[in-house]
Amino acid sequence: MNLIGDAIVWLNDPLNWQGKQGVPYLTYEHLYISFFAVLIAAVLSVPTALLLGHTGRGGGLTVVVSNVSRAIPTLALLTIFAATAIGFGNRATIIALAVFAVPPLLTNTYVGIRQVDPDVVEAARGMGLSGRSVLLRVELPLAVPLIAAGFRTAAVQVVATATLAALVGGGGLGRIITDGFGQQDRPQIVAGGFLVALLALLTEGSLAIVQRLVTPGRELKRSQRAVRRESDAVVV
Amino acid sequence: MHRVLAAEEPANPWFTWDYVRDNSGDLRAALEDHIVLTVETIAISVLIAFPLAVLAHRYRRLAGPVLGLTGVLYTIPSLALFAFIAPYTGLTQRTVLIGLVMYALLILVRNILAGLEGVPPDVREAAQGMGYGRGRMLWRVEVPVALPAIMAGVRVATVSTVALVTVGVIVGYGGLGGLILRGFQNNFYRAEIVTASVLTVALGLTLDLLLAGTTRLLTPWARKRT
Repeated sequence: MNLIGDAIVWLNDPLNWQGKQGVPYLTYEHLYISFFAVLIAAVLSVPTALLLGHTGRGGGLTVVVSNVSRAIPTLALLTIFAATAIGFGNRATIIALAVFAVPPLLTNTYVGIRQVDPDVVEAARGMGLSGRSVLLRVELPLAVPLIAAGFRTAAVQVVATATLAALVGGGGLGRIITDGFGQQDRPQIVAGGFLVALLALLTEGSLAIVQRLVTPGRELKRSQRAVRRESDAVVV
Repeated sequence: MHRVLAAEEPANPWFTWDYVRDNSGDLRAALEDHIVLTVETIAISVLIAFPLAVLAHRYRRLAGPVLGLTGVLYTIPSLALFAFIAPYTGLTQRTVLIGLVMYALLILVRNILAGLEGVPPDVREAAQGMGYGRGRMLWRVEVPVALPAIMAGVRVATVSTVALVTVGVIVGYGGLGGLILRGFQNNFYRAEIVTASVLTVALGLTLDLLLAGTTRLLTPWARKRT
């Protein structure tokens, strides 16, 4: 019984790379779902968090949102949306996943704006910049590294959980795993697991590079790592 | 039942007490499975994470690899993790347990390590001056001081685990997740989907509150500050 060998055979079978059940199409579908989920979440949460951060209000809200969202199983939300009028399929999946992408974007953007040195903001005000200019030309650029970190966390999470859509009739690479379980096809299960894991790790890796590129200076990188560690090892 | 005329589309409410009453046995069994899986996961994860964190704390060179490895495990989607484990352990509860432990590990190792690192050097020096050895220092000084951070990690891990158990449905042991999926497959039985979902969230938040209370009891010295 050489399961890994059989999984490699499965991955080399040209039949598994063709058509709507093939690896390329499912990968495309997976990325398409993930992209729009993150986009919707970003459109909703980044401007909100920018305003909250700028005015210094709503800090408690961001904490509550991220704590409560952790308790909601992705599977539950995917199923609930699939049972609404939206119907099951990619649209319901995108909306459900967008909900889970909101907390990291909201929290990181908010923290990113709040952690801007108050002296810098004051100096900008002293130079006669309006509130809007302070936000867009001073606070936002300085918050970019943390916002990028939020995008990374959100995107990795969305790509990972998009797999679950296959359980409730959605598309994406999770299909290969759920179909494998359905047909008791163990090589296919392992091959699907490999593809899904690979996509998640590639997403994490490439976005880590992006985050690095938009983070100037060594000092900022170090302080950002500290912030990231803090937000990972959440206290409360 | 009283709406005889609604023939074209049967009523499919989001919640009814009828459902809860008629399926109380199933609900209770699923809830029990869910709790057992969660408690086992957290117990095993703490037992593995604690020595790992202590090692990483004591030998700084190990900290990078330990956090890196658990980090990679955490990035792998749950369904993929179950896909790797299931062919070896079969469609059993153990498959779910192993997968869940792997996820809880990262959160716990990070928090325990952060807690141990956060012990003020003065405190450690004072204990050393009083002749505390390494073992006594760990148990009598470092762990108590790090307890709030450790418990914070246990709370986050518990809430995440409660949510993740549902994915175990892929191998047939998803606790309340089993009812969620059954509702989906039964022609979008909304009452079943919503009841099981709400119970899952309620379980997570209840366990979180219980652990918060435990933390307060365990750290009487920290109470005055808040």
